[in-house]
Formats: sequence, C-alpha cells, structure tokens
Amino acid sequence: MQFESISAFLDMGGYAFFVWLSYGVSAFLLVALVYSSQSNHKKVKNKIAQRLQREIKLRKAAEKSLAAAEQTDGNTSVVPELSKNSKKVVS
Amino acid sequence: MWKWLHPYANPEVSYHFVGKLLPWISKITMALLAIGIVWALVFAPADYQQGDSFRIFYIHVPTAILSMSIYVAMASAAFCSLVWQFRLADASAAAMAPVGAVITAIALFTGAAWGKPMWGTWWIWDARLTSELVLLFLYLGVIALHNAFEDKNLAGKAAGILSLVGVVNIPIIKYSVEWWNTLHQGATVSKMSAPSMSMDMFWPFVICFLGIAMLVTFVICIRFRTEILSRNGMRPWVRALITAEGTK
Repeated sequence: MQFESISAFLDMGGYAFFVWLSYGVSAFLLVALVYSSQSNHKKVKNKIAQRLQREIKLRKAAEKSLAAAEQTDGNTSVVPELSKNSKKVVS
Repeated sequence: MWKWLHPYANPEVSYHFVGKLLPWISKITMALLAIGIVWALVFAPADYQQGDSFRIFYIHVPTAILSMSIYVAMASAAFCSLVWQFRLADASAAAMAPVGAVITAIALFTGAAWGKPMWGTWWIWDARLTSELVLLFLYLGVIALHNAFEDKNLAGKAAGILSLVGVVNIPIIKYSVEWWNTLHQGATVSKMSAPSMSMDMFWPFVICFLGIAMLVTFVICIRFRTEILSRNGMRPWVRALITAEGTK
C-alpha cells in the first residue's frame, strides 16, 4: 500500500487531475467500445430477424392471393392477376 | 496444419467457436484488469522523479504497444483477404479497425495527460507523437472505407490496400525515438533485454498489459461475430440461428 489515507490516494501526490483524467477517459472509452459493440451485434440480429419476418409475410400473402386467383377464375391469366392481388394484400 | 485450420474458414464454425470462447475471455479480462488497475493505482511504488503521475504509464504504454500490434494484425488479415480471398480474414480486419482506433486514441490522450505535468505541454509536434496521430488517422481511414461501399468485398479491398500501405508507419512509430531527437523517452520495456525498471513496477505493468490485450480480444471477437452475421445474413444457417433465438 503506497498511500497512508484515502485523501492521499485521491490526491495522487499532487497529480490527481492528470492521473484521474487518464484513468477516467480510458475507462469511459473502453466501456463505450464494449457497449456499442454489444448493442451493434443485437442490432444486426434484429435487422436480420425483421427481414426474415417480412419475407414470411410476403410469402403468405403471395400464397393467399394465388389461392384466391385460382378460386375466382380458372382461366390462364393467373400470373398478372397474382401480381395485382399480391400488391393489394401487401399494402 | 491446413487440414486442421480449414474448418475455421467456415463462417458458421467460426461464429460458434468464437461464441464459446467469449464468456471465458470476458472472465479472464475482468480478473486481469481488476488486479492490474488496483496494483497500478495503489500498490505499485511512485516513481522517484515523476511521483504518482507515473501511474499513467500503466495505461499509456500497454495501449501504445497494442495500437501498433492491432494495426499489424489488421494489415496481416487484410493481406490474407487480398491475396487468398479469405472472406473471414476480411471480416476480422473490419472488426479490428474500430478497436484499434479507440486504443490509439487512449494512447494519445493518456500521453497528453502525462505530458502536461512532465513536459509542460499537452501536445508537441514530435516524431513519436505525430506518427502515432497518423496511425489514428489511418485507422479512421480504414473504418471509413469499410463503410463507404455497399458491396462488402469491394469495401474490404479498398480498406485492405489502405491498411497495407499504412504499415510503413509502424516502424516509423517504433524507431522514431531513436531516429530523431525527441522529447519522448525511449523504450522502457523491451522483449529482448531485461526491463530497465524495477520489478515492483514491471509486474503490474505486465498484468495491465495482458488485461487490456484480453479486453481488446474480447471486443474484436464480438465485432467479428457481428461482421459474420451481417455478411451472411441470407445464408440458411443464419436464418435458422435467428429464428431459433427469436422463439426463445
């Protein structure tokens, strides 16, 4: 133990400002780096999850409109019908 | 050796392997940093000339050394990615750049806060300080290039070339205190010779160095996994992983 009291420790032999500034700023930057890296990881995961959900939604909508198109008319123009209907369902 | 290494070139395998390492790395980091910082601040002796301002040394020197090591690691990864098209090497280079930038900023800042009481100035355009500042700008340039292109392969190429060109700065930083007359003191700790400092200062330094190095490893591992996910977002294994985690 190099210091006789808490106040001597805090004073750092007269260099308190510089020592605590260095340790404080370093700790802040490192904590911020760890935090931002972790939250960025979650953000990327959430983004992928959102994209997956949108895909599932679109696929379901497409299936629904396909089924609807087949029910209403059994004629050959299924493809243009499908694209019109799926737009409606999505919006 | 290549047979053994080969499976780790697979993003899925690396993602899970690094994920398994992460809790251990974080535990070792916390233990080393707790011991190192308390030792450096409370138990290490004050310098006979610099008094307690010497305690800045225990952050300044490890971060300064690591700022160069991370750069060399990043440039090596960039080299592998440019020459052999290792996609994962590119992801790791992208993961290292921001960490290196923060470590360089800390080295510069603690250097300034140590220079003020010892040299009487926060900053001086000295060879060591200026070349370290150039290193920070190189890191920022690499980060900017990684984010400048939508196509990650193109971005990795551009950033990789910049980081390879920037390697020339590393020996300049390292030998600047020998090549030029500068205010900055020479190396206190050297691998080749016995340290020119007393052992009760050397050991807390070693612990602090290892602690900060492990923290750097920890953050690089997190960012590496993020890079893998964002680059493989449409792959079936990522879809399965995200769906499994979403239903938990």
